[in-house]
Amino acid sequence: MSKFAKKKKGLPAVNTAALPDIVFMLLFFFMVTTTMRETDLKIKAPKLPNATEVKKLEHKSLVSTIYVGKAKPEDLAKYGSGDKIQLNDKIADVKDIPSFIYSEQEKHNPEEIPYMTTSIKADVKCNVGTIHDIRVELRDINSLKVSYSTRKGNLEENTK
Amino acid sequence: MARRENSEINAGSMADIAFLLLIFFLVTTTMDVDSGISRKLSEKPPLDYKPPIIKMKNILEININRNDQLLVEDEVMELEDIKQTTIDFLDNGGGIGKTVDDVVGSPCDYCNGNKSESSSDHPNKAIISVQSDRGTSYGMYITVQNELLSAYTELRNIYAKTQITGKYAGRTYEELLLLDAKDNDALKAVINEIKDAYPQIISDAEPTK
Repeated sequence: MSKFAKKKKGLPAVNTAALPDIVFMLLFFFMVTTTMRETDLKIKAPKLPNATEVKKLEHKSLVSTIYVGKAKPEDLAKYGSGDKIQLNDKIADVKDIPSFIYSEQEKHNPEEIPYMTTSIKADVKCNVGTIHDIRVELRDINSLKVSYSTRKGNLEENTK
Repeated sequence: MARRENSEINAGSMADIAFLLLIFFLVTTTMDVDSGISRKLSEKPPLDYKPPIIKMKNILEININRNDQLLVEDEVMELEDIKQTTIDFLDNGGGIGKTVDDVVGSPCDYCNGNKSESSSDHPNKAIISVQSDRGTSYGMYITVQNELLSAYTELRNIYAKTQITGKYAGRTYEELLLLDAKDNDALKAVINEIKDAYPQIISDAEPTK
């Protein structure tokens, strides 16, 4: 009799031993699927234009990114209100683009260089003139693959 | 003597640690997929380069002014109409194609256009020239480029549906692109055939000041 009398009453505690496993699984998922934010934006984050005919950029390591947009509100006095170009971690001039591209090319094998793409992340509001200046610089150093970074979306928002 | 049991290690805070790591990665990482309109720039012309003479009817001239207004072949046009105009221009097929390796081109037998004398001869001769102003907004420029590309895609879709025979018959160009072409030479050949039927010849003229 005494052997069975000690049975406790009430709800047993929920077993949470598997909770870390679940959380670790989520953690690994995010670690694998995401990429680290590489550069700090010195300009105001560009609002990319929308497009429908987009192509995915493959081989992320072969992509060099040029940001184009306005200076941040607190830097307006320093940089002025025109379109600004950001290379790596600093705001630069169009003339600096060739050396930027060369330094990117140095990181890769010579046979990979023809496949390197320059991704231009420009704000919808910036001027085509600025984009054209970048294009001329890229053409002069024979770095001809360019991608105008866009998001998938409604075209009407581009011209608002 | 009282027997001492090995007490279990308390793993209750393990979840907290993992959550902390999880939140750290959530905050520091970005999920965005880089995608965009890709374009191959033209090579820098040599100093003594003389541009080839191209018949005006083979060029579709698109002007975008600094107020983001469109002028196509010297007529004001709305953004909605530009795609159809481009399709009509490219698909006209009024003459013979370009001469490759001294072989005179043949008329476009897959074009569905009006075969008008005053529009383009052949899709592989038809050039779209986009002239923008330095003050044109980038959003407008991309919108126009996007319209032009979608015109090409539509023509390529029609070509793929009607002209391709064999294993990949009856599919659109976009559907073919979604298939894995990595080690599939037959699919690559089909895609290249479609691309060659309507090659993308879009030129960016020097912007006006």
